[in-house]
Amino acid sequence: MRLSSKDILGMKDLSVGEIELILETAESFMEVSTRDIKKVPTLRGKTVINLFFEPSTRTRTSFEIAAKRLSADAVNISSSTSSAVKGETLIDTARNLEAMNPDIIVIRHSCSGAPQMLAGLVKQSIINAGDGAHEHPTQALLDMLTIRQKKGRIAGLKVAIIGDIAHSRVARSNIYGLTKMGASVTVAGPSIMMPRGIEETGVTVHHHMKEAVRHADIIMMLRIQLERQDVNMFPSLREYANYYCLNRESLKGAKEDALIMHPGPINRGVEIAPDIADGPSSVILDQVTNGVAVRMALLYLLAGGES
Amino acid sequence: MIKGKVVMDADGIDRALTRIAYEILEKNRGVENIVLVGIRTGGVFLARRLADKISAIEKQDIPMGIVDITLYRDDLLKKKKKPLLGKTDIPFSLDDRKVILVDDVLFTVRTVRAAMDALIDFGRPKVIQLAVLVDRGHRELPIRADFVGKNLPSSLWEAVSVNLTENKGKDEVVIEEET
Repeated sequence: MRLSSKDILGMKDLSVGEIELILETAESFMEVSTRDIKKVPTLRGKTVINLFFEPSTRTRTSFEIAAKRLSADAVNISSSTSSAVKGETLIDTARNLEAMNPDIIVIRHSCSGAPQMLAGLVKQSIINAGDGAHEHPTQALLDMLTIRQKKGRIAGLKVAIIGDIAHSRVARSNIYGLTKMGASVTVAGPSIMMPRGIEETGVTVHHHMKEAVRHADIIMMLRIQLERQDVNMFPSLREYANYYCLNRESLKGAKEDALIMHPGPINRGVEIAPDIADGPSSVILDQVTNGVAVRMALLYLLAGGES
Repeated sequence: MIKGKVVMDADGIDRALTRIAYEILEKNRGVENIVLVGIRTGGVFLARRLADKISAIEKQDIPMGIVDITLYRDDLLKKKKKPLLGKTDIPFSLDDRKVILVDDVLFTVRTVRAAMDALIDFGRPKVIQLAVLVDRGHRELPIRADFVGKNLPSSLWEAVSVNLTENKGKDEVVIEEET
């Protein structure tokens, strides 16, 4: 079994078999991060470039740690310190990076489709670390790994995704991935944050949080992304929190052993109450731990080999 | 394809493992500080059997670990298709331990080289010894086994397989010509 593409661009393109391969491989990589010596020689001599045109703590650090634990050399470029500020186009930046012979380029960009464009342009493997409101496949994979570890399966589970669905690449990738793996996905959020035609992806749509949370095995809260809203979508954060904050009250109706997830960074008291985020059902930090293993698995599966 | 020839049957395998268990105890003067580490996958079953035999002889449990050598292979990045990564499970430090590395077939010994690199990432063992059920020759590195179930000189176009009840439903060592 191998991945069919040189790139990881979105969950939409991955088959069930490929997702299972990635999750199985990631499961085996978990152990490396628990050793005293957290490093294996697997990708010695390989170079991974992290090209981030948007701020990131978790994803960028996670990719960098994943590369380093595999003995690859990781180079980080962020937009504020790159020639993008001098007006260089993304295509020119990519061609120049390609000329330095890296093996894998990880890219985050505010434009949906930027990783797809680069994938067609350069010979290196491209991993999408989040493009606009489109996809964030490594987040969905680490979420699925977390669910599988805690619940033993994905198929047959009821997953509620709540918040700004329209702007969320995390939601989109998870909807593609989870429905493919046989989970039933429910989304809830204000009408203005619900993309038209979302039902066509196979999800159930609710506008009241309570209905989405009812009998849920997994509750995935989304961050309100103020940076992606050019107009005010709701009167105030306080009003949003009134209707869509996950707290003890709104959690009622979910299964007793429901898991609480969040891709981070969390806005405490807006989409999730602090006592829930820090509570016993929260697996938010497990998600972060699993992120390193998932990214190690992808780097391992993509790197090397003559075609 | 020529039908495989059985060169070791279930009794033969069991007797060889019993002898190796005694040899391990003799060479190390008992079980103190001994741990067994099986190389995934064939070596794991054999390590478990050896651990049972040694425990039965000495009336004492022997720690056992599993090492997957995939991440340490020297040919990994030469192939597009990656081997499925298995879990390494060594839930104890190897500092100052006497590690008995266990594998089914000794051939090019490149697997053993990789396994030793992996072990050293888990501490500094006092000694690493190697136990194999079958040594078929054709070493490509200067590494040899300390405990051997059976020496089986073979030619390069022959395939030697160790079938075990745990994965193949039957204990036997088979040699056959590859087509």
